[in-house]
Amino acid sequence: MLNLDFKIDRGEFSLAAQLELPSQGVTALFGRSGSGKTTLLRCIAGLEKTAQGSLSFDGETWQTERFFLPLHQRPIGYVFQEASLFPHLKVLANLTYGYRRIPKEQRKLQPEEVIKLLGIEELLGRYPDELSGGQRQRVAIGRALLTSPQLLLMDEPMASLDATSKAEILPFLEKLRDQLELPIIYVSHAIEEVTRLADHLVLLEAGKVIAEGELQDLLTDPSLPFIQTETASTVLRAVVKQPDTGDGLTELKLGNQALFISKTSVSAGQPVRVRVMARDLVLALTPPTETSLLNCLTAWVLDIQPDPNPSQALVRIEVADQILLARVSKRSVENLKLKERQLVYALIKGVALG
Amino acid sequence: MGISEADLIALWTTLKLAVVSTLALLVLCTPLAWWLARTRSPYKVVVEALVALPLVLPPTVMGFYLLVLLGPHGAVGRFFEALGLGHLAFTFTGLVIGSMLFSLPFVVQPLQNAFAIAGGRVLEVAATLRASPLDRFFTLVLPLAQRGFLTASVLSFAHTLGEFGMILMIGGNIPGRTQVASIAIYNHVEAMDYSSAHGLSLILVASSFILLISVFTLNRRFKVVNLA
Repeated sequence: MLNLDFKIDRGEFSLAAQLELPSQGVTALFGRSGSGKTTLLRCIAGLEKTAQGSLSFDGETWQTERFFLPLHQRPIGYVFQEASLFPHLKVLANLTYGYRRIPKEQRKLQPEEVIKLLGIEELLGRYPDELSGGQRQRVAIGRALLTSPQLLLMDEPMASLDATSKAEILPFLEKLRDQLELPIIYVSHAIEEVTRLADHLVLLEAGKVIAEGELQDLLTDPSLPFIQTETASTVLRAVVKQPDTGDGLTELKLGNQALFISKTSVSAGQPVRVRVMARDLVLALTPPTETSLLNCLTAWVLDIQPDPNPSQALVRIEVADQILLARVSKRSVENLKLKERQLVYALIKGVALG
Repeated sequence: MGISEADLIALWTTLKLAVVSTLALLVLCTPLAWWLARTRSPYKVVVEALVALPLVLPPTVMGFYLLVLLGPHGAVGRFFEALGLGHLAFTFTGLVIGSMLFSLPFVVQPLQNAFAIAGGRVLEVAATLRASPLDRFFTLVLPLAQRGFLTASVLSFAHTLGEFGMILMIGGNIPGRTQVASIAIYNHVEAMDYSSAHGLSLILVASSFILLISVFTLNRRFKVVNLA
C-alpha cells in the first residue's frame, strides 16, 4: 500500500493529492498536460523537494513533515520521459550503474535476465548516441529494473517515441507487468496506453484527484469523461479456456460464456484482459443465428447514457458482473425499445488482447 | 642566441609556477564553479563579478595590492610572519598566490559552464539509481565536464606562462628564486642582449605551440558527449 498526502503551491500551479494506492499491479496517473501527474510522480520519488506532506510505502515512512528519505535511499526505479542515458557510458555500463550500487543480497534481478527480457543483447557495446529512441528507452527501463526496485515509477516512457518505437516498447511493458511482481505507477495522457497497461486508475485535473479506482469501473463510469470520448472502450477480465481451438483461435471464458480471439501464446487457466471499443458492439434482442460474427454474449442493460454525438447513445450492459459499453444510434434504442434490466445479445466486432 | 644557466632556471621557475598554480586552482575552483553553476542565491552575481575582476583590472594594480597585502606590513604577510613562516612578498608562494588570482576567471568560467551542462537530468537519474551526491559528482559530473577541465587547465597554464606585470610587482625578479622567463626576457632586452632574448622567446613560442597541439589531439580523442 502506498499512502500519500502532498501539497505543493507554486503560485500559478498547485497540487493537492491524498491517495491510497495498491502496491501491486499497474496504477496509471492519468490527466492532461499540466494536471500535475508528473509532479505527483516526482513527489513519490523524492524529486520535488518543495513538496509538503507525507508518504509511506508498505509501512515504511519515506516522508513526513519533519523527515525526508533522500531519493537515492528509496527502493524505487524511475523511468523518465526521455531515456536520459549517461552519454559517456556504454549500454552495459548504463544498465549496471544502479545494479552495482545496491547490496548483493538485494539484487533480485540479474543483468542477463533483464537484457533478455528487453531484447537488448546486441546493444551492450554501443554508446547511447548510437541507439534509436526505442532502444534507448528499453535500456533506460532495464537500468531502472536492475536496481531491483520495490516500486517502479514511469513518467510517460513512450511520449517522446514515434509510433514504431511505441509498438516496440509496449509489449515489454506488458511483459514487465505480467512477469515481474512489481507494482508500477505509470503516468500517461494517452488513454490507449492506460487501457492496455493499467489495473488501477487515478484521474487528475488541475492538480486535484477527481476520480480513483479500478480501471474497469472508471472507464464505464457515466460521471467521468472517459465514456464521452470517441474511443470509449472497456476492459474485460477473462480466463483462457482453450489456448488453441485447432482453427487458429483461442477460446476465453467470461463467466460461463465463451469469447473467441485470434490465437495467441497463452496457457489454459491464465487470466487475461481484453479490450472492447464501444463502437465495436452491436445489440440484438434475439440471438442472431446466421451471422459471421463469432462473439455473441448474453447481457443485461444497465442504463442508457447520452453520447457526445446527438444521433448516438451509449448503452451500458452487464456481462458476468462486468460492464461493457455499446455505442448505438438513438433510433435503434427507440426501435428496440431498449430499457434498463432488459436482456440483450451483444455482438462484438473486435476484441483485442491486452 | 644563447641560453644561460640563469635562463634555464627562469624557465624552470615559470614551468613550476604554471603547474602549481593551475593544479591549486583546479582543486579550489571546482567547488566554487559547482556552487556558481547550481545556486539560486542572490549573491551569485556578486561572486561572479569578483571572479571576473582580474579580467579587467590592470595586472599592475592587482600586483600592487598583493604586494601590500602579502608584504611584512600587510594583513596576510603579518599573519604568516606570526606563524613563523615569513611574509610572502618576493617569494615563490607569493607568486603562486598572485598567479592564482590572475588566472581565476580562466578556470572558474569554463568549469562553471561545463557543470551547468553536466548537472541536469542525468543527476536526477543517477539519484534514482542509488548514487549519493558525492558518487554522482565523481561518476557523472567529472567525466561529463572533462572538456571544461581541459580548457580550464590550458587557459590557466598558458596565462601563467605569459604573466608579467603582476609578477614584477610582487617580486618575480630575483634570479634563481622568483625570476620567471617573461621577466628574464625583459631583462635581456633592457641589457640590449637580443641574442638571449631570442633564445628564451623561441623556447616559449615552441613550447606553447607544442602544448596546444597536444591539447587539440587529446581533445579529438575524447568521446564527443551530447547532453540533451
